[in-house]
Amino acid sequence: MPDKNRKKFIIVLIATIAVYAVIRVLEGTEIINPYWQRVLDQALIMTMGALGLSIIYGFTGQFSLGHAAFFGLGAYSAGLFAKLYNSDHSMFLFIVSLLIGAAVAGLLALLIGLPILRLRSDYLGIATLGFGIIVKVGMDNSNKLISALGGATGMSGTPQIANFDWLFIFLILIVLFVRNFVYSSYGRACTAVREDEIAADVLGINTTKIKVMAFVLGCALAGMAGGMYAHRYPFLHPSSFDFLKSFDFLLVVVLGGLGSITGTVVTAIAWVFLLEVLRFVLGETFIDFRGVIYALILIVAIIMRPQGIFSGKEVGFLVPKPFDTLVGRKDGVNAGSGS
Amino acid sequence: MENLADQIINGLQLGLMYALIALGYTMVYGVVKLINFAHGDVFMVGAFVGYFGFTQWGMSVPLAVLTAMVVCSALGVIIERIAYRPLRYAPKIAALISALGVSLFLEFFSSLKFVFGPNYRVVQRPFEEVHWNVLGLNITNIQVIVFVTVLIMLALLQFLIYRTKVGMAMRTVSVDHNAARLMGVNVDNTISMTFAIGSAFAAAGGVLYAIAYPQIHPFMGIMPGLKAFTAAVLGGIGIIPGAVLGAIIMGQVETLTSAFLSSQLRDAIAFFILILVLLVRPTGILGRNEPDKV
Amino acid sequence: MVSMPVLVLEDIDKSFGGLKAVSGFNMSIDQGEIVGLIGPNGAGKTTVFNMISGIYKPTAGKISFLEEDITGKSPYVVCQKGIARTFQNIRLFRENTVIDNVMTIFHPRVGYNLADAVFRTPRFKRREEEITSQAMELLVALGLEDRAYDKAMNLPYGAQRRLEIARALAGRPKLLLLDEPAAGMNPAEVVKMVELIKYVKDKFSLTVLLIEHQMGMVMKLCERLVVLDFGQIIAAGLPAEIRSNPVVLEAYLGKGAAV
Repeated sequence: MPDKNRKKFIIVLIATIAVYAVIRVLEGTEIINPYWQRVLDQALIMTMGALGLSIIYGFTGQFSLGHAAFFGLGAYSAGLFAKLYNSDHSMFLFIVSLLIGAAVAGLLALLIGLPILRLRSDYLGIATLGFGIIVKVGMDNSNKLISALGGATGMSGTPQIANFDWLFIFLILIVLFVRNFVYSSYGRACTAVREDEIAADVLGINTTKIKVMAFVLGCALAGMAGGMYAHRYPFLHPSSFDFLKSFDFLLVVVLGGLGSITGTVVTAIAWVFLLEVLRFVLGETFIDFRGVIYALILIVAIIMRPQGIFSGKEVGFLVPKPFDTLVGRKDGVNAGSGS
Repeated sequence: MENLADQIINGLQLGLMYALIALGYTMVYGVVKLINFAHGDVFMVGAFVGYFGFTQWGMSVPLAVLTAMVVCSALGVIIERIAYRPLRYAPKIAALISALGVSLFLEFFSSLKFVFGPNYRVVQRPFEEVHWNVLGLNITNIQVIVFVTVLIMLALLQFLIYRTKVGMAMRTVSVDHNAARLMGVNVDNTISMTFAIGSAFAAAGGVLYAIAYPQIHPFMGIMPGLKAFTAAVLGGIGIIPGAVLGAIIMGQVETLTSAFLSSQLRDAIAFFILILVLLVRPTGILGRNEPDKV
Repeated sequence: MVSMPVLVLEDIDKSFGGLKAVSGFNMSIDQGEIVGLIGPNGAGKTTVFNMISGIYKPTAGKISFLEEDITGKSPYVVCQKGIARTFQNIRLFRENTVIDNVMTIFHPRVGYNLADAVFRTPRFKRREEEITSQAMELLVALGLEDRAYDKAMNLPYGAQRRLEIARALAGRPKLLLLDEPAAGMNPAEVVKMVELIKYVKDKFSLTVLLIEHQMGMVMKLCERLVVLDFGQIIAAGLPAEIRSNPVVLEAYLGKGAAV
């Protein structure tokens, strides 16, 4: 079995490098022009943030309508740090600023999560939505505290370091992180909370701890994605992080299928591209219809696949093989079904 | 002191309009357990229809309100039919996403040039605003109209829900769809009826809103919708007096914060209070906190 | 027989609003006993279970487990001290695999931390392997090993009840609470369930408290019975005594039945 795992690892590694190489070649030959490169980068950032919500909602079942707030907190804190201390584009400080983005978002998630994660489903959703709106108001008025944050006029001046290479590497690392988390005792505890919180509690799982942990990790990922965003797009504005953006993350996670890393990744990328492709296809005459068509696609997609596209399913390499056991194991037992 | 009293009246005006929207949220939540995010946009459509009614179609204000109510009832029923019914027994989140889709659809569709157009429109009021001084309080005819209309509608709703067959059916469906069906209640029709009534109330709220704060645009429903929904949660979602109570609190908080603290902090304080209330009463002020069935 | 009380409930009251669900409830269970808690529907049996496992806090009274006061402790703490249970209306982690349902419960003694999991350290691998085998052993004990990698929701009803027991055992309990383990089963399945409970009790040296409506099962399995009606104990004793107790018959069958 370890041999099999190693073989799989090598295949995945080669595939990953191949994907990277193809994109770089297309970029070199200008089939991917800077405009589409921007879209692609945005898709990767969206994916990182959405994976955070996937942990919180998809795997742990905690309804959050405030995810964009943590994305924004990460963007602003990482952006501010880099703007003030990293004007000479140091790679080390770039990574430090990403960690700061993740830490600030994670810390706020801890502070707000401890009290509100007691709430159930829709009530939790509306409380996180409220938190998101409070954060947005805070961003609008942030210049009163620290003038460099710019408040409602927005902030610029963050060094633009995050190119496709960085985004690609970080996304791979984050996917691995999420996969290793999900397929561990922690991940099992999370899905147990999602499936039946009372049963998990009665059977010895400290559900509060698990919920807070999932929330903090998920929000920290959003914060890190925000930090990337700040280093890729020169202008930060509070309206980029309002509740409509939170809905974007939510619909990606739901359309992708709850409890599926694959679904989140594929849908996040597809969704960002869909918007741009629509712009392209409709042309100037019909550009006004973009929002209408976007909305219709959303309605039709969810009616056709209410469980999401990859509900509970994963592509093979995201599912580690279960450990062989000496007892009871028979040949042909299927190990593929995900959580 | 007088200023405070005036502000409280202003807050009441806003709160009562929120109440008209919040009722639709809470009724729909009661029967299908869905946060109908499109409800704020039905309110917007109501505001536009009323506006066209009394500016371009030469209607009197009451007739314009009535027209808006009829149009929006139909809209509400159609939305439920197309976007929510197929998902009624799917995971709850699916219908919520569909509701988001409908909300976006109504906003962007209304923004098209041949529909309402993307721009702000200033509403020409069908009558002059008149200020009266009653016992030292500054009261406008618009406030009187809002108070009277909302009170009449609340009384009507109370009658509808507790004194008619439809109301009884709605209360039954809100407890258990299957049991209601077994008792001979037509669940589909009852749900349609709930959407119709809720949407009509939102439409009335929309027209009043357009008269009171005379500026309308296709995205005007988002914030009032969100506030009204919050009000419904604050009061205890699914509970009709809770929606009214929550809406009145919301109106006061917003108006008083704007008047005496800072209008920029208005939304932050409103939602901060919501979170605090939920922490003390996880199912809202009037919500019953039932122990989980184990 | 060494008689050390595993669980002691003293003067327990529980009311919901004005409604008294349980009042003046006293019970003591000794090491290794199988005690049945019976009574008509709505008598308050599950409420007693919910108080023992920490879901409800008693309005008054004291619950001790192995001479430690556990009144009002959180459910997960109670479980980690050694009380596990099953549910009347099966509450599995439905979307998860059968083996995951069991492995989840090892979480409090998982023996590795988050960093081990993320970096897949040797410690993580060793512990996961151990947990997997231990979980598999439990599945074998309950005859579920063939379905280990199916979703729990896809198991047939009887197997779901057995999985609930396997899952509870994964918490390494000293006291096992079974809430109607044979509900909805046919007579043949009930016989098997009786055997299974006896087997599990011996294998894992458990003390068992059981709620059940199937009288046949209760009589075969339990060494002692406690009868609850309207929240109060109306009788307690050996199965044979309870069977002919007029008060119990009346509670179950109505007045006049005892004649």
